[in-house]
Parts: sequence; structure tokens; C-alpha cells
Amino acid sequence: MSVYVETATAAKECGACPSTSCNTAHLTRLGIKMDDWDYVVALAGNPNTGKSTLFNAWTGLRQHVGNWNGKTVTRAEGALRYNDRKFKLVDLPGTYSLLSMSVHEEVARDFVLFGRPDVTVVVVDANRLERGLHLVLQTLEITDRVVVCLNLIDEARRNNLKIDERALARDLGVPVVPTAVRHGEGLPELLRVVDEMAQGRYPTRPHRLNYRDAALEAAVAQLAGQLEGMFPGLPNARWVALRLLENDESIIRAVREGTLGDLQRPDAFPELMQLEAR
Amino acid sequence: MTLNQLGVGRKATVKKVYSESAERRRMLDLGILPGTVVETVMSSPLGDPVAYRIRSAVVALRREQAELIEVQENFTADEMESRG
Amino acid sequence: MAANVEQLLETAARLRRETGDDLHGRITEAIYTDAGEIADRAVSRDETTPGGIHLDQFFDRVLTSRLWGFPLMVLMLMVVFWLTIAGANVPSAMLAQLLQGTVYDALHNAAQAVGAPWWLSGFLIDGVYLATAWVISVMLPPMAIFFPLFTLLEDLGYLPRVAFNLDRLFKRSGAHGKQSLTMMMGYGCNAAGVVSTRIIDSPRERLIAIITNNFSICNGRWPTLILIGTIFIGATAPPMLASFIAASSVVAVAILGIIFTLLVSAFLSRTWLKGEASSFSLELPPYRPPRIWQTIYTSIIDRTLIVLKRAVIMAAPAGAVVWLISNVYVGGDSVANHLIQWLDPVGLALGLNGVILLAYVVAIPANEIVVPTILMLTLNAAKSSLAQTGVMIELEDDAQIYQVLTQMGGWTFLTGMNLMLFSLLHNPCSTTIMTIWQETRSVKWTTVASLLPIGIGVVVCLLTATVARLLF
Ligand SMILES: Nc1nc2c(ncn2[C@@H]2O[C@H](COP(=O)(O)OP(=O)(O)OP(=O)(O)O)[C@@H](O)[C@H]2O)c(=O)[nH]1
Ligand SMILES: [Mg+2]
Repeated sequence: MSVYVETATAAKECGACPSTSCNTAHLTRLGIKMDDWDYVVALAGNPNTGKSTLFNAWTGLRQHVGNWNGKTVTRAEGALRYNDRKFKLVDLPGTYSLLSMSVHEEVARDFVLFGRPDVTVVVVDANRLERGLHLVLQTLEITDRVVVCLNLIDEARRNNLKIDERALARDLGVPVVPTAVRHGEGLPELLRVVDEMAQGRYPTRPHRLNYRDAALEAAVAQLAGQLEGMFPGLPNARWVALRLLENDESIIRAVREGTLGDLQRPDAFPELMQLEAR
Repeated sequence: MTLNQLGVGRKATVKKVYSESAERRRMLDLGILPGTVVETVMSSPLGDPVAYRIRSAVVALRREQAELIEVQENFTADEMESRG
Repeated sequence: MAANVEQLLETAARLRRETGDDLHGRITEAIYTDAGEIADRAVSRDETTPGGIHLDQFFDRVLTSRLWGFPLMVLMLMVVFWLTIAGANVPSAMLAQLLQGTVYDALHNAAQAVGAPWWLSGFLIDGVYLATAWVISVMLPPMAIFFPLFTLLEDLGYLPRVAFNLDRLFKRSGAHGKQSLTMMMGYGCNAAGVVSTRIIDSPRERLIAIITNNFSICNGRWPTLILIGTIFIGATAPPMLASFIAASSVVAVAILGIIFTLLVSAFLSRTWLKGEASSFSLELPPYRPPRIWQTIYTSIIDRTLIVLKRAVIMAAPAGAVVWLISNVYVGGDSVANHLIQWLDPVGLALGLNGVILLAYVVAIPANEIVVPTILMLTLNAAKSSLAQTGVMIELEDDAQIYQVLTQMGGWTFLTGMNLMLFSLLHNPCSTTIMTIWQETRSVKWTTVASLLPIGIGVVVCLLTATVARLLF
């Protein structure tokens, strides 16, 4: 992991305040006030890993949380200000994979793929690490700007699990921040890393999947080339190519109807409800 | 044997997943792949579905899903001995 | 462009054949292999001290056991409703005394002091204000207890265990096991329940879940059941057992709702919505100790007050309508009375009455206002015959409500019971109907989902009324 550079303002403001609240001192929860923003941050991850809990902690909103998989089925948006920058935070339904296709999982997949978030925070359950990494590795195929939130670390401690987050960060090539979101543990650090990542000040070397298959690699390269020609600026042609190879009907439909480009517009989700104004 | 035949508290290694299309994707995404170790945790009051521990998570599957997952039961050294 | 696209898709199809089959399997395997290696390097387990998994397993063994699984589910429901009924009793009465007594009288006095015309004070105080006051005193206390209790069970992780226990029954009905999760979301609000069906992958099974969600009693209907269960059923038992019997009656209706969910699902999956069962996988998360105070705080702020706000917004115009139809006279009688008399024969045949049917028409926008509407209509109908006597009727506790309903409204035990049944079995509220349309985009299925429950309700009420008439 690279070394963080404390910003000058942070250091100044920090001078007086007690150590734990220090980093949250310049976090302002803005609720649903989102007329403009500097960065969009997506919260993705397996179901029931604490995404909505994190969303609530940072926006001051009260998105419903519950201890079962599938509590969140629509996209919710909120805002926060950190130092002088405004972030739009997007809480997504939980998903096991970016390859699957139930309605609520598609919401998550489409946003990560085409919503062009500046940072994607993948919330991972420290007690079920392999499954979380399955999603992290897929996300890294799409975007470099990933921060892994290694959540439920309190439960991991109770289960006598020791997780070396530095080894993880080294292997994944992106920052990993251990947290217990529900107890506020690790949140200031996470926010700082997200902020740096958003500004592009965080060098990443994302882990590249090894499909161990030359024919597949060649096929993906060929299709991706064609796609980039047809949809200039498509951010993740390789991934779309893979989906086409897999005969993913919703992606084929999007290509046919020319909506692949539309999906890049952040407002292209008419069926999704925003969190009610409260 | 198939996964549904694995007794409560027993562990086994997945050999092959016979499920197809969407169901196959779901099983794979949950991490049910050849080589994965699974354990039967408990069965529901009416006998179906049954919950399995898969990659540290407890996941309930109906008999129809479990029947399509071929496994080989894992025995401890002691058990192997007592079986001759 | 179109030609280009087809060309691209053809290339994709050709490459797909060349790369061989089970591409998805190979990719997933590759990803999991990497994930496994990375996780292995990062995680170490301290084997010296025992972990917390054992307590979880103990809970699971009990809560999903062959012997205890089902009885414990019923017991859990019983405890929730017993606490709700027993706990809401006193605050409800206090609220009623305050809002329908003190404040109501004060408002009338003030109106008199400023010399407001009778129709204005009547419209505003006896119409708009009274309906609102009733909604608050009937709904607020039970919901303020029910929501936190339910949320505690949800945070604990009990809901997926219920789905685990019930799945076999849903499978028999040709429905998806996660339908029971959407059913439980419906216990808060059917519109939310309908949206939550998105967790079901298969469109066929999702549609079944949407259509049957109305058999989950929502927050607008619990208070009706609780009130009627208390005054018509609980009150028949000795005082010691009253709230227990009342809770049992509410639980019985809830279980009846589950039975109808299963029956209708079975019917749909064997007729209009035939098809294969889709795959089922349900994760059972670890039990988590709920954060009690936070739960209470958020479920009161988020759920109870939001629900109450909606109820009040709906109640105010309903109160106005009720006052108007009760005070506009046509041919010597009020419009309300004409309507009631016209609906009475049908109502009585169903073991209900004209007032109840009219109330359900007024309450199409929201179930919450059924009870206030019934009470106001009954009182107004009675008032017109008692008008000259100048009797002031007050409704400040359950016993008085019971008296008004039985003596002035002519209600019997059958009326009370059938109202409980009809409360379970009637059309969804307008918000839910809109949500069903948004989620299905189908006029046909929205119509089915709206009319099927009330069709069943009419048949069931007709049946119980006929049986009751034959027996007594
Ligand atoms: N012990 C502990 N529990 C947590 C933590 N974070 C979240 N939880 C609990 O985990 C459960 C799931 O939290 P949610 O925020 O609803 O999870 P989610 O990822 O939004 O879930 P879905 O919307 O279903 O995908 C809730 O019961 C939380 O209280 C944590 O750091 N520690
Ligand atoms: Mg969520």
C-alpha cells in the first residue's frame, strides 16, 4: 500500500479535536441535497455486508437495513461533503456477481458498468472473504478506481479470524480498509482513502484476472476492438465483449437497441426509485 | 453421491455441477465449484430445503438443486481406519 | 449501424462456438481460483480459542428444528401481538380521551366563541379533525410497538429462518421460497412488499408473489384487526385472558393470510402461471444482536411516523367526505343514509353491513381510514335519529366503541368476525395497485391482483354468514 499524504487543511483542523472524531470533523452529511457534486461514489458488494449501513453513516439518511440478503432492491442516492469536495453516494442492491441477472442485481451491475462512478467501494464481509473477493476481482476488470471496505471486522475478531489487510491490498493492487461500519470503526480512514482515490491521487495496480485460456483472450480482444469502434468512449469494452461471448441477453439487447451508449448517462434508470425525501 | 445425500455434520468435496443455465450461474457465483468443500449444517423442519456451509456462508438449497451437485464425502483419518 | 450491430453479434456467436462451452463456468472458476489464493494468503485462523459459531448453530438447531420450528414461529407472532395489544391499550385510551374528548370539546368551544357557523365548525371539527384524531389514536400506539418489535426480529436475523422453515410449503404451491420474505415485508406495507419481490429471479414466480402480497396484513390493517379483535373477541373472554385471546384472533387472521397466500399461489401456478420451479438458494446470515435503542428510534421515526403521516393525510379528506355525505340532505335523508340503505342488503348478506361497505369505498386510497370512517358513519347515522334528544355521544374507550357499534350499528359477533376476514381479503389500497402496475407494467395482472382478493373476500364472508345464519 502506498503512503497517504495528509492534506494541510486536515492537519490544521485536526489540531484541537480528540483523536477519534478527528477525521470525521470535516465530514458533513448532506442527506439528499445533491444539486451538484464533484465525485460519484458507488457502494457495491455481496448482499448483507453493510452497504446501506455505510450509506446511512455517511449521508445521515435512513436507508432501511436488515439482517438478511436482499434488503435493498433499488438504487438510493445521498450526498456528503468531505473537506471542500461534494460526493454523491449511491447505495446499490447486493450482488454475488456482476454476471448474474435477477432484477435487483442488474441494477447494481448496470450502475457499476455504465454509471461511471468515480470510485467504487466494494464492501466485503471479512468472514466470507473468498466470496467478496470474487466480486472485487470482477469489479477490477471494469474499473481501477476501487476501494475495498473490509467490513464486519468485529465479527471476524469474534470468529478468531486474523486478516492481513496489507497482504490483501498488495495482491489486489487497490487499497483495503478494515471497518466495523456499524460501530463507526475505520470510517474516517475509509473516507480519506475514497477521497484520495476520487481525486486520482492514489496509484493502483489492479489485479488482472488470469483466464488461463489463450483462445478466450483472443476472442475478447477482437470483440472489444469492434465495440470500441462502434461505441466510442465505452468504458469497459472488454467486459462487454465477455458478456457477448457468454450470450448475455440483456447486453445483446442493449447493443441491438443502441442503448449501450445511453446506459452511460447517469439518469438512464427510469424504473429506479430514489430514496424518498424525508 | 450427490449433495442432498450428505448427512448433517458431514463434509464433502464438490466433484461436478450438473445444473444448467441460470441455476448453474447462481451455484457457481455462490462458489460451488469442483474442489469446493461443503458441509451439511441442518435441514428445515419439513426436511427440505437443507442448509450447507459453503465458503464460510450458510446457504439453503432445495433438494432439486442439491441433487445436481456431485460430491465425494470427506472422511477423517480415524474414519478411514475404522472403515478398513 | 444496424448492419454493424448484426455483424458484431455474428462475430460474437462464431467466437462463442470456437471458444467452447461452459464459458461462464470456466471464467467463474478462474476468478474463484484467484480469489481463493488471495484469501488464503491474507487470512489466518486462531484455533486456540473457540469461535462464536457454536451459539449460532445452537439457535439454528432450535429455531428450525422439526419439533420446535413451527410452534416457535407461531409463539413469536403471538408474543409480538400480545405485547402490541396489551401495551397499546392504555396509551390508546389516553390518546382518545385527549383528542376526542379534551381537544375536541375545546375546539367546539372556541368555534362557538368566535361565532363560526354550524356547517363550518361541523365540517372542520366533526369531519376533518375527528377523522384525523381517530386515525392517530387507533394507529399510533399499536404501530409504535409493532414496528420496533418486528424490526428487532429482522435485525436479529430471524426472517430468513422463517423463509427456510416455510419453503417446503411454498415449493408445494409452485412458488419461490423467497416469497415468504416478500410476504414479511408486506406486513409493513404491501407496496414495499411488492417492490421487494425483485429478489425473486423468475418472472413467473415473481408475479405470483406480487399477486399474493395483499394477503399479508399491512400496517393500515393491523390496527383494524387489533381493535375489532379486542372488542369483539378478546372481550368475550375473562379479563385476565382478554388480551391473550385478542392476540390469538389477530394471529389467526395472519395465519389465514398465509394459508390464502399458499392456496392462491398453488392455484396460479397450476393454471395461468404454469411453469418450472426456478432455482432456490437462500442465505442464512449469522444472528446479530440488534441495537435496541437505535432500532426503537429509527422504527418509530421512520416507520411509525411516516405511516402515521400518510394516514393523517388520507384521513383528513375522508373525514371531510364523510361529514359532507352525512350532512347533505336529499329527499329528507342524508346522502350517507341513502347509500347505507342501498348497500345494506348486500352488506348484511355478507355478514357485514352497509356502513362497512361504504367505509371500504371511502377507504380505497388507504386502509388506515376504515375504522374512523365506520365509526363516524355509524355515529352520524345514529345522530340523525337521536338529533332531537341532544345526547352527546363520546367514544373514548373500547367499551364505548363496542356499545356504539352493537347498539347503534346493530353489530353482532358475526359482524366483527367478518370485518376481520374482510380486512384480510379485499382489494389492495390505491398505492399498492399503482406499485403493482409499475412493477408489472401489465393492466391484466394489475387487475387480477386487485380483484382476486376481494372476490375471495366476498365468497368467504358469504360462506361464514350463511353458516352462521343456519346455525343460530
Ligand atoms: N456486527 C456488525 N454488523 C454490521 C456491521 N455493518 C453492518 N452490520 C449489520 O449487517 C446487517 C446488514 O446490513 P445492511 O447495511 O442492510 O447490508 P447491505 O449490504 O445493505 O445488505 P443488502 O441491501 O441486502 O445487500 C445489518 O443487520 C447491520 O446491522 C458491522 O460492522 N458489524
Ligand atoms: Mg442495503
